[in-house]
Amino acid sequence: MSSIVRDKKRAHAQQIKDRFISVFIGIFALVWLFPIVWTLWSSLRPYSEIRAGGVFSPPQELGLFNYTNAIDRMDLPRYFANTALITIPAVFLILLFGSLIAFVVTRYSFKFNVAMLLLFTAGNLLPAQLVFIPVFKMYLAVGDLVGDRRFLYDSPLGVILIHVAFQMGFATFVLSSYMKTIPKEISESAMIDGASVFTHFFKVMLPLLRPALASLAVLMTTWIYNDFFWALVLMATDNKRPITSALGRLQGEFVTDYNLLAAGAMIAAVPTLLVFFILRKQFVSGLTLGSTKG
Amino acid sequence: MSQLKTAVTGTQKTRRRRFFSARDKVTLGFFIGVPTFLHIALVWFPAIATIMLSFTYWTGIRLEDIQWAGLANYENIFFNSPIFWDALRVNTIWLLWFFVIATPLGVLLAYQIDRQIRGHQFYQSAYYLPVVLSLAVTGIIWNFLLRPDGFVNGLLGLPIAEAISFFGDDRYNIWVIMIMASWRHIGYIMLLYLAGLKAVDASLREAASIDGATEWQTFLKVILGAMRPVNIIILVITIIESLRAFDMVYIIYGSSGGLPILGVLVYNNIAGEGASMKGAAYAVILFLLSIVPIIAYLNQQFKEDNN
Repeated sequence: MSSIVRDKKRAHAQQIKDRFISVFIGIFALVWLFPIVWTLWSSLRPYSEIRAGGVFSPPQELGLFNYTNAIDRMDLPRYFANTALITIPAVFLILLFGSLIAFVVTRYSFKFNVAMLLLFTAGNLLPAQLVFIPVFKMYLAVGDLVGDRRFLYDSPLGVILIHVAFQMGFATFVLSSYMKTIPKEISESAMIDGASVFTHFFKVMLPLLRPALASLAVLMTTWIYNDFFWALVLMATDNKRPITSALGRLQGEFVTDYNLLAAGAMIAAVPTLLVFFILRKQFVSGLTLGSTKG
Repeated sequence: MSQLKTAVTGTQKTRRRRFFSARDKVTLGFFIGVPTFLHIALVWFPAIATIMLSFTYWTGIRLEDIQWAGLANYENIFFNSPIFWDALRVNTIWLLWFFVIATPLGVLLAYQIDRQIRGHQFYQSAYYLPVVLSLAVTGIIWNFLLRPDGFVNGLLGLPIAEAISFFGDDRYNIWVIMIMASWRHIGYIMLLYLAGLKAVDASLREAASIDGATEWQTFLKVILGAMRPVNIIILVITIIESLRAFDMVYIIYGSSGGLPILGVLVYNNIAGEGASMKGAAYAVILFLLSIVPIIAYLNQQFKEDNN
C-alpha cells in the first residue's frame, strides 16, 4: 500500500515540476522569438518616427514601404540573382559528386574505400582560412593562364568551385552512410543483368537516393545561401556578391535608415524562413544524417 | 584502372567477382576522378601549401618571390602581436561559455522537449528558428535591439546621449556577443540532440523509472550514457564553432578588431591589403587548435565503419 501512495505522491510532484518546466521553457521561447518579431515590427515603421519619438512611440504609419524601398534602393533583386547563380549550380554539383563518390566507395570493392571516405570527410572539417591563400593565388594564376584574371577570382565560378570542393566531403559522408542501408542485392542483380556502371548509377541507385538527396539539397542550399566568408574573400566587386555577403556593406551604407535595413534583412531571410516553415523535415534530417548517422 | 580490384575475401570471392568492360572502367575513372581531383586541388593541396607557406615570406603570385622565413612568422605572432593573445582570450571565453552554458542548455532543452511536455512542438519551433538564419542576418537583428536608439536602451529609459554602447563598451561587448551566438547555438544543439534522443530505446527510460530513478538520475545515468556518440559530436561542434567564429563578429565590427577574435584576425592577415604569410601562420594556429576535435569526430564516425 504505502509504496503506491509514495508513487502517487511522486507522480504528482513530477506533474507540478513538469508544469513549472513547461512555463519556464515557454517564457524563454517567447524571448527567443522576440528579436525577430521586433525587427519585423520595426521594418513596418518609418525610421523618422523612431528618431522623433523613441522606440516605443505609438506607430503613426505602418506599411510595407520599407520593403519596396529596400528592394529598390538596395538593389536586392540583383543580389538574389547573384545568390541563385552561385547556389543552384553548387548544390547540383555537390549532390552529383557526393553521390558518385559514395556510389563507387560503397558499391565497388576498392583497396582504399575507407581512406577515400576519410579524405573527403576530413577535408570538409578543415578551416576555410587554412585553404584561402593558395586558392586565391591559384585562382589568379589560372586566370592569367586563360587570359582573364576574373575567370575564377571575383567570379561566381570560383565561389561555386570552392563550395563544391568543400561540401562534397560532407555529402559523400552522408550519402555513403545512406547507401549502406540500401541492400547490396539490388546492385548485384543490376550487375547480373549486365547493366553498365553508368546505368547502374543513374538508373538504379540515383532514384533510390532521392530522400537523402532531398534532405541534403535543402541543407546545402541553406548553408551556401548563408555563407558569408567565401563570397567575401573571393569576390572583389560588390555587385557580384550574393545577398548574405552583401548585407555587410548594406549595413554600413544604410546606417542612417535603420528600419530600411530591417526590411532588407527580413527580405534576405525569406528563403531561409521558407526552409523553416516548409522544408523543416528535410533540413533537420539532413543535419542529423551527417551528425548521427541516421 | 589497375586499382580496381575484385574482392578477394573468402566466401565472397565468387559472389563479388566482376568483369569490367573498358567502357565501365572509363566511367568509374570519371566518377571518382573528377570529384577527387577537385577536392584535392581546392582543399588538401591548399591546406598543405598554407602550412608550408607559413614558414616563408611571400607577396604576389610569382613562385620565385618566396623566401624562407623559418619560424619568424610564428615568433612575430607569439611575441610581437599582443592582439593574438587578446583574441585567444576572447575565443577561450567563447569556448567556455558554449561549453558550460549554451551547449548544456541545448541538451537540457532537447531532453525536456523529448519528454513531450506541454507545448513542446511550439517550443521546438521557437528555438529552432534562429538555426536557419544566416549569422549576417542574426547580427543585424540583434543590432536592432542593442543600438543606442534600440529596444534595450529604450527599455532602460536611456536617451541616446547616455545610451549604453553594448558593442563598443568592453564591459559588455563580449557578453552581448555570447548571448547572440548562443541564440543560434542552443537551437542547433537542441536539434542534434533531439534526433539522438529519438533513437534511444524508450524501454531504457521506462526501466529506469520503474526502478525508482528520478528524472535527473535517469538523465545523468541512462540518457547521457546511451547518447555517447551524439555527445562527442556535440562537443566537437561546440569547440569548432567557438574557435572559428567569424561571420557575426565581422558583420558587427568589420575588420576593426573592436572585439578581437581569431577568425577576424586571420581574415585581416590573409585577405586584402594586410595579406602576408603571417596570415598563413595564423591560419595554421587556428587549424592546430581545432585538430583534436577533428580527430575525435573522425574517430567517432569511422569506428563503426571499421567494425
